[in-house]
Amino acid sequence: MAETAVKEKESVFQFGKSERKLLTDPLNDNNPITVQVLGICSALAVTSLVYPSLVMAIAVVFVTAFSSLFTSLLRNYIPKSVRMIVQLVIIASLVTVVELTLKYLNYPVYKQLSVYIGLIITNCIVMGRLEAFSMANKPWRSFLDGIGNGLGYGVILVAVGVVREIFGKGSLFAGSPIEFKIIGPTANYLINTTDSMLFGWYANNNLMVLPASAMFIIGIMIWIQRSYNTKLVDVS
Amino acid sequence: MESTKYVVIFILILTAVVAVSLTGLREATKAQSATNEDIFNKRAILTAVEDYLPDGQKVAGLSDEKVLEIFSKMEQPVVDMEGNIFEGVKAESIDMAKERKKPELERRLPVYVYEQDGNKLYILSVRGNGLWDEIWGSVALKSDLNTIAGATFDHKGETPGLGAEIKDNPSFAAQFEGKELYEDDGDYVSIKVRKGGARDPEHEVDGISGATVTADGVSEMLYRGLKYYQPYLDKVKQQSLLLN
Repeated sequence: MAETAVKEKESVFQFGKSERKLLTDPLNDNNPITVQVLGICSALAVTSLVYPSLVMAIAVVFVTAFSSLFTSLLRNYIPKSVRMIVQLVIIASLVTVVELTLKYLNYPVYKQLSVYIGLIITNCIVMGRLEAFSMANKPWRSFLDGIGNGLGYGVILVAVGVVREIFGKGSLFAGSPIEFKIIGPTANYLINTTDSMLFGWYANNNLMVLPASAMFIIGIMIWIQRSYNTKLVDVS
Repeated sequence: MESTKYVVIFILILTAVVAVSLTGLREATKAQSATNEDIFNKRAILTAVEDYLPDGQKVAGLSDEKVLEIFSKMEQPVVDMEGNIFEGVKAESIDMAKERKKPELERRLPVYVYEQDGNKLYILSVRGNGLWDEIWGSVALKSDLNTIAGATFDHKGETPGLGAEIKDNPSFAAQFEGKELYEDDGDYVSIKVRKGGARDPEHEVDGISGATVTADGVSEMLYRGLKYYQPYLDKVKQQSLLLN
């Protein structure tokens, strides 16, 4: 891990170069999904549509950010022998907060994500950050690190969702108020494959709706990322 | 290393704080969440009669208040398997998942009578098994109690893109419109989801490729679920004959 203890004694909420790095590092050089290969389970499961992926991404950003904050606040008081249990209690209660809030604000999306909200608890990214970072850093930096890692996860999630929804269902943001239909066999779609001369051959790819397709897409993303970001390539 | 006493006290305080705050949040959101769930379920039921909503509206276009208003105006009898009506119970208070766990003869069956321009539509609820978990749906019958006016399905955990198409693909449920429950001579046949394409235009609909088990589940659910209502439907038919 690149993040070691840093010189402090300045304002609590300072935002300098090293803080910015906490936010941007997980987006590329240290992405939780494509570089650390964590959190794959939910990345495969919820990404068949963009809208649930987006809600899931927001939920994970919230959970990573605040669990990092609370763990960091308590880090000097948490008994070492039960620290994992304490972290789990913090994560689980934040996930419950997400679940209750979603049920309150948007019940249809809550129904759609169903068990996957609960599964944020077992997302290795969350606990990984608590163990690796928050237990040894101050609250503000931990909070930023949590947001950064949540975003790094969310960006990939939404990107995979976009690919899978376009090729699997021919739409974008299905299920949300701004549903956009791109290609399909009825007149509701932008490109209507039944009367189009050019796209008459087109059919949705059923593989894309199945979780396995996310495996390929993430694999291709890792390939693309490594081909331009050569420092990630392990030459040993 | 901390003492055992410290560990125990720390954990106790932590769990107490978490428990109290989560209970507080739950209590604060409980009423609204229950209303949301109620409206969500009612919208699902209304989808079965989507074509008959006032002013050609769609279920998604109805406001929450309008949905509740439609339900408060509906006649909502609850019947048993012999066609007797339970007094003082409304259909919307019936939880089909709980009823399904009871022995068949003790089950209570909800009926929603949707009235539009003097036309009565009977919305019946069915529940069965798909491939992975439960599936359920609502079927609306026209006033002849034979022709289907609309249907809607939902599921707990069918495979997205395959079995889940019974809900996600509106053209699956749309096929049921106009199908008939009875043969011309009055025999009950229900509607079948046929693998490889419907052959009988009155009693069959096309299956979904790759979702044979879910489709068979739908067929079975409709056959058995709608059969439960037969004694009640027969009584309604007799009554309307007497009135004429």
